Amino acid sequence: MQYKIFSLSENALTIDFGNEISVDFNEKVIQLDEIIKKNNFAGFIETVPAYSSLTIFFDLIAVRKSFSQFPNALSAVKNHIEISLQNLKQSKKNKARLIKIPVDYSAEFAPDLEFVAINANISTKEVIKIHTSQTYRVFMIGFLPAFAYMGEIDERIAAPRKETPRTNIAKGSVGIAGKQTGIYPLESPGGWQIIGKTDLEIFQPKSKEISLLKTGDLVKFYDINQK
Amino acid sequence: MSLYFQTNSLLATIQDLGRNGFRSLGINPNGAMDKTAVRLINILLGNNENEAVLEIHFPTPKILFKENALVALGGADFGAKIDEVSIENWQTVWVEKGQALQFTQKNSGNRLYLSVKGGFKINEWLGSKSTNLKAKLGGFEGRNLQKDDEIEFKVKNQKPTLKKYPKISQYSFHYSTNSKIRILEGFEFGLLTPLSSENFLRQKFTITQNSDRMGFRLESEPLYLMQEKELVSSAVDFGTIQLLPNGQLIVLMADHQTTGGYPRIGNVISVDLPFLAQKGVNETIGFEIISLEEVENLALKFERDLNFLKTAIKFQF
Repeated sequence: MQYKIFSLSENALTIDFGNEISVDFNEKVIQLDEIIKKNNFAGFIETVPAYSSLTIFFDLIAVRKSFSQFPNALSAVKNHIEISLQNLKQSKKNKARLIKIPVDYSAEFAPDLEFVAINANISTKEVIKIHTSQTYRVFMIGFLPAFAYMGEIDERIAAPRKETPRTNIAKGSVGIAGKQTGIYPLESPGGWQIIGKTDLEIFQPKSKEISLLKTGDLVKFYDINQK
Repeated sequence: MSLYFQTNSLLATIQDLGRNGFRSLGINPNGAMDKTAVRLINILLGNNENEAVLEIHFPTPKILFKENALVALGGADFGAKIDEVSIENWQTVWVEKGQALQFTQKNSGNRLYLSVKGGFKINEWLGSKSTNLKAKLGGFEGRNLQKDDEIEFKVKNQKPTLKKYPKISQYSFHYSTNSKIRILEGFEFGLLTPLSSENFLRQKFTITQNSDRMGFRLESEPLYLMQEKELVSSAVDFGTIQLLPNGQLIVLMADHQTTGGYPRIGNVISVDLPFLAQKGVNETIGFEIISLEEVENLALKFERDLNFLKTAIKFQF
């Protein structure tokens, strides 16, 4: 198994399986994340799973205190990760949840739907059809609270980010950037091409499930105006 | 039992040492920009080091005390005055009901911290009282404090007897005397052209207008990678130095996003973050790379020094 381990800061270490958007790498990240969280170490704080990497945050002072046999915290945490890696199972697939998301693709909520259609040289209807035809994977959460990076979308509707980001994107807006799709969980500036809007609460700060979507989930969009 | 804001200010928020455990949901730690100042003034007051404090930027608010309070200020020096009497940072100060705290000028630093004995009455969100301005949550209604806002104290403050006014004389130990900001080499540092990596260590970088609690955008001669590198997003941290596509650097600060996809040139070491956090627009900084060994030893030494100080102050109570 190929990977690279490096210090993000003196309090965080990143293991990267290959700097690529790949289901295989992402599965490894999720598995390793589960293993490390289940069997963590003195000084462990939290993890951040991403596309192809897992970052482990720790309290340097606590790690040094508990692992005095190691010359530094980096080598102690690295050792823990490498032991955890041995428990990674080759074929194990996580049982993913499927979450269906209602989207209103009406023009008033979709300022960039036209652009994506022109960019793809197809009709807006076809863009919607393509966007709703596939099941996407949540590769990671980041950028904003509960913002899920999902992919990969069909090549035909892939679109570059806006050159000048919008200062204000409405909460619930569904967007496209490159081959990724995502939902703005709250009002925010942003550069994604907006093609619709959902009324589902993606970010639920006061509830137990803060983020509706989790890394590894499967997501399918459906058009609420399509009977 | 409260502080009453008589005026508006640029940015005054409630912060503590940060919100851990939710980065994987895109919720970053937030917290004070200068965490050491927060720890020190809380230690002075006999508070928990993580007690929530006010982080104040210039132009500052005028604050009326609606009740007696034992307070401590630290971080930036904004020429604080209680009514007409100047008060210094890094000591406990007794303020009487009806007195007002105001700030006269920006003498040094950019972020001032105010803590009250026993702390402010602020609800926690996800285990922290820090303000998340983006999500409009945490702290005081998730926002900047404004005119007519009132923050309550958790406990009624008693006037201590005179021998109980601790002070830190060697307060400056937490601001680096090193002219350069010390960093740990980042994963993509080696991808800089030889000239750019030389320039990175030699150049002065100016903190630009577009700098805030999320990040300090720097300006210098542009830096270049030997070849363009596409990175998929991964976690970033407070202090991560990223190279933007236009060749300029950004240093991520307390309100940074949880993830990013720009090349990581380095990471400012924790003990130098307060020094950087007190810098402001148009000031210049330079960088110096040190080894992981040195970084860890500096962090350990810093905690030891802080613990000595803590013990010394406890004796004064």
